[in-house]
Amino acid sequence: MEIPYTVSARPDTGLYNAKIGIWLFLASEVMLFGGLFSGYVFLRIGAQPGYWPHGLLNVPVGTFNTAVLIASSVTVVLAWASLKMRQFAQYKIWMGITILCGLLFLIVKLTYEWPAKFHHFGAYIKKESLAKYEPYLGNNYLAEKGLPERVEITGDLEDEASLKDESAKTYVFKELDAVNAEPTNPESDRPTFWPRPLVEKRVVIDKADVDYASMFYPRHSAYFSAYFLITGLHGLHVLGGLIVFTYFWLPVGANMYKRNPEHLANRIEVAGLFWHFVDLVWIFVFPLFYLL
Amino acid sequence: METSTAIHSHGPHDPHGHGGHEDHHELGFWQKYVFSTDHKMIGIQYGITGLCFLFFGFCLMMVMRWQLAYPGQVLPVVGPLLARIIRNDGMNSGGVPGVMTADFYNSLGAMHGTIMVFLGIVPIAFAAFGNYVVPLQIGAPDMTFPKINMASFHSFWVGGVIMLLSFFSPTGPAKSGWTSYSPLADLADQGAGVIFNGQTMWILGMVFLITSSLLGAVNFITTIIQLRAPGMTWMRMPFFCWVQLITAFILLLAFPPLEAASFMQLMDRVFGTSFFLPHGLTMGNHLVNAAGGGSPLLWQHLFWFLAHPEVYVLILPGLGIIAEVLTNNTRRPLWGYKAAVYAAMGIGFLSFIVWAHHMYLTGMGAAVSTFFQTTTIMISVPSVIILTCLLLSLWGGSIRFTVPMLFATAFLPEFGIGGLTGIPLAFNSTDLYLHDTYYIIAHFHYIVAPGTIFAIFAGVYYWFPKASGRMMNEFWGKVHFWGTLVCMNIVFFPMFLQGMAGMHRRGFDGGATYDLAKPVIHWNTTISHAAWLMGLFQLPFIFNFFWSMKFGKKVGNNPWNATTLEWSAPSPPPHGNFTEPVAIYRGPYEYSVPGHNVDFIPQADPQGPRTDAGAHGH
Amino acid sequence: MEHVTEQTHTPDHDAAHHVNKHVKGYVFVGGLLLFCTALTVALSYVNFGTQKANIVVAMVLATFKVSCVGAIFMHLKSEKWTIYRVLLITAVFALGLFLLTALAFHDPIRLNY
Repeated sequence: MEIPYTVSARPDTGLYNAKIGIWLFLASEVMLFGGLFSGYVFLRIGAQPGYWPHGLLNVPVGTFNTAVLIASSVTVVLAWASLKMRQFAQYKIWMGITILCGLLFLIVKLTYEWPAKFHHFGAYIKKESLAKYEPYLGNNYLAEKGLPERVEITGDLEDEASLKDESAKTYVFKELDAVNAEPTNPESDRPTFWPRPLVEKRVVIDKADVDYASMFYPRHSAYFSAYFLITGLHGLHVLGGLIVFTYFWLPVGANMYKRNPEHLANRIEVAGLFWHFVDLVWIFVFPLFYLL
Repeated sequence: METSTAIHSHGPHDPHGHGGHEDHHELGFWQKYVFSTDHKMIGIQYGITGLCFLFFGFCLMMVMRWQLAYPGQVLPVVGPLLARIIRNDGMNSGGVPGVMTADFYNSLGAMHGTIMVFLGIVPIAFAAFGNYVVPLQIGAPDMTFPKINMASFHSFWVGGVIMLLSFFSPTGPAKSGWTSYSPLADLADQGAGVIFNGQTMWILGMVFLITSSLLGAVNFITTIIQLRAPGMTWMRMPFFCWVQLITAFILLLAFPPLEAASFMQLMDRVFGTSFFLPHGLTMGNHLVNAAGGGSPLLWQHLFWFLAHPEVYVLILPGLGIIAEVLTNNTRRPLWGYKAAVYAAMGIGFLSFIVWAHHMYLTGMGAAVSTFFQTTTIMISVPSVIILTCLLLSLWGGSIRFTVPMLFATAFLPEFGIGGLTGIPLAFNSTDLYLHDTYYIIAHFHYIVAPGTIFAIFAGVYYWFPKASGRMMNEFWGKVHFWGTLVCMNIVFFPMFLQGMAGMHRRGFDGGATYDLAKPVIHWNTTISHAAWLMGLFQLPFIFNFFWSMKFGKKVGNNPWNATTLEWSAPSPPPHGNFTEPVAIYRGPYEYSVPGHNVDFIPQADPQGPRTDAGAHGH
Repeated sequence: MEHVTEQTHTPDHDAAHHVNKHVKGYVFVGGLLLFCTALTVALSYVNFGTQKANIVVAMVLATFKVSCVGAIFMHLKSEKWTIYRVLLITAVFALGLFLLTALAFHDPIRLNY
């Protein structure tokens, strides 16, 4: 028994089944990421002043990843075009590049971006203690310039394991972010494109002065919660897409091509649509988290 | 009267080759019954699994009703048994086996709601009936994506098992209401870090259930768009297929924001994030160890964005089933078919923009609450239109009270009560008083219980012969009906009185704490007794269901003399459904067409019975 | 078991020609997207007055990029009405979710007007 319109289009709609199926699925994905982005907006609008950080993510790396994903969007549509033009060898090349790009994206994220965050530390200073840490926050200088005040001190800890020690009364930084090491340097006023190196400085902060402190885990702030959730879910979608592409790059694809090349072309078109959507989401994620 | 099953080849080219081109190898047990990709088997899988969950959810309610009728007393037999099965002291309050704790009562409430809605009604009304009937009614050989169909079923039962397993967690199952409001749901049972606890498992289960619904929705919509047989235009589609299409759209677009919110709540619990925890939150007199900066209202908005359309998911398939049963048993067409179809579309659309009427008490200002009051009142219009069409379909009919018809007829006033009692809830002024009282419980149960569940029973008795080739026993069907009908009303009507007195809906003590409940609290015992009696009246149904599969009266293709396409296929239909290619020649409810000597003409019948005028079929 | 019944050679040939014309377009749009990315990054370091203004600039660019991906890579420019309808209704509901929630957050009950 065969299902009609699996490969050929139904005359009145002009569509084959999987095309409708994938667009319906993408519609639900729009609602999913729409819900997530709505959450992002409301959390950001509702954040206390100073509690929504800027400039914590590595912009050059993020830009690179964005370029990689855009490139893969081009190569996947070229792979589909190759199939429509019955150039199977070309398809394999373009699809192979697409898969490599996707893998590169994930590798950069999982081996560099995320771990770099997990080893970084930040402590939000209580309102009443802000004056005490003026050398690292520079709020008088910021007030003069009309810029919003800083409430957090970030850097690398001397000993991350000390966080587990309940009896410890202080946090000890071995290095500070440039923004806290030189708070009155005009370069620290706004985030810069190139990440500024950490400054070696041993700084001790009393736990009693701290509102909340954590490594840059999801729990650190609404910002990181949203960042890890959205990029994590996005990453899972990238992985899903890669699995599907790999499946059709293996001999399964060649067999399907031999039986009915249009069928494989349709499958790649549908998978490509999913991949473009994933790219689409990233086009919004990148400025919202890395730049703004 | 036997109908002519005249379906013949149609069209110059058949994109799927000539019908009957089937796999002839026999499928093994696992391929046939467990990993089936046939929509009929999947429909039955959903149906039986869903009915089991429905019964389980019903049992949870029966245990709850003990606590309400006899607070603090030992539940005989069942109580000590439960105390031994569940791992914590939920049924061991104060060291007395068989006495419920408040926490366990809350768990029962949360799980009763969750299981009935997501594991009972949606899988049965939407997935089971939809899967089985829709492809047959549109003349398709199967769904467009049979493997995804199978995946959706397996995702469903996995989610269900996770929910059931949560009963065995050390702190018990979810207890923050089926609505799972943060911050309570974020923090209940120890806070972040532990996975094997009720609330976290609830969230994980929901993710599987949402996935199942999404996959199913994609399948339904694509199938209805693409696989309608030649001649099956949109306006010739049975009303049941229309509502399934609209329900699928609702599921497709409304569920994902809840999925997003579920991920956020999961992260709050497992990774200690603060999506829904505000700054400075205290619990038990000390500050919660979280960064804060979150918004409890955000959860409510994202939750209700799904949960309101969800209630239309619960009722629309039921309305569709009723339309089929009503037309068949009045021997008349559906009155106002077009109006009903457009009204259903209107409901589908409006359902997405009314959700904050569940949030009138969250401190919304005049502008936003006016908007939601307006849209909520607007949505009552299409609902009334559909009910009116169904009622008017009775007018002038030759009504035969088969068991499905009994349930379908009873549905009408019961759904009417449920719908009309929603009107005071649409306005924030009256809702201010009625919110979170038993009035709400009565309102929505009237719609779902003697509403949708009656439609489900009607559907089961109606389509059982198609799926099995045998009829269910009529006498026991009537016993089931009358017993359930009477008990339903004794259970739910007094709840309106309790609610209007101000009795809170989630009180573990049955309302005893507050004086305002004094005049109405006595109803608790009556309601509980009626609920337990109703449980007894389900036993004939369960027995009838399984007994008739083997010993019921055998029937042919069309025992009900119905017009819609599924009755042109054999009972039960083979793999591929129709033994010959299908084409449609007329509308879905050609009953009692004037000038014909037979009171129905099947959709697929090209000529129709010969008339005195000698004309062709209508 | 699939059999090659659906496609004759003529539609294939047309499709192939059709697609070939578009290949250059895909590469061009790819380059355009990369350029827009660089532009977005550069503009984010320009002070447009308020943070809100910067957000608007970035979102306008992002919307343009997304439109290119959608219209050209995802073939939405020449899609069928069924798909357009699905996307339209999705857009309406997504906007509804966002705008109505925003309205609710923006309009709480206040003691003093």
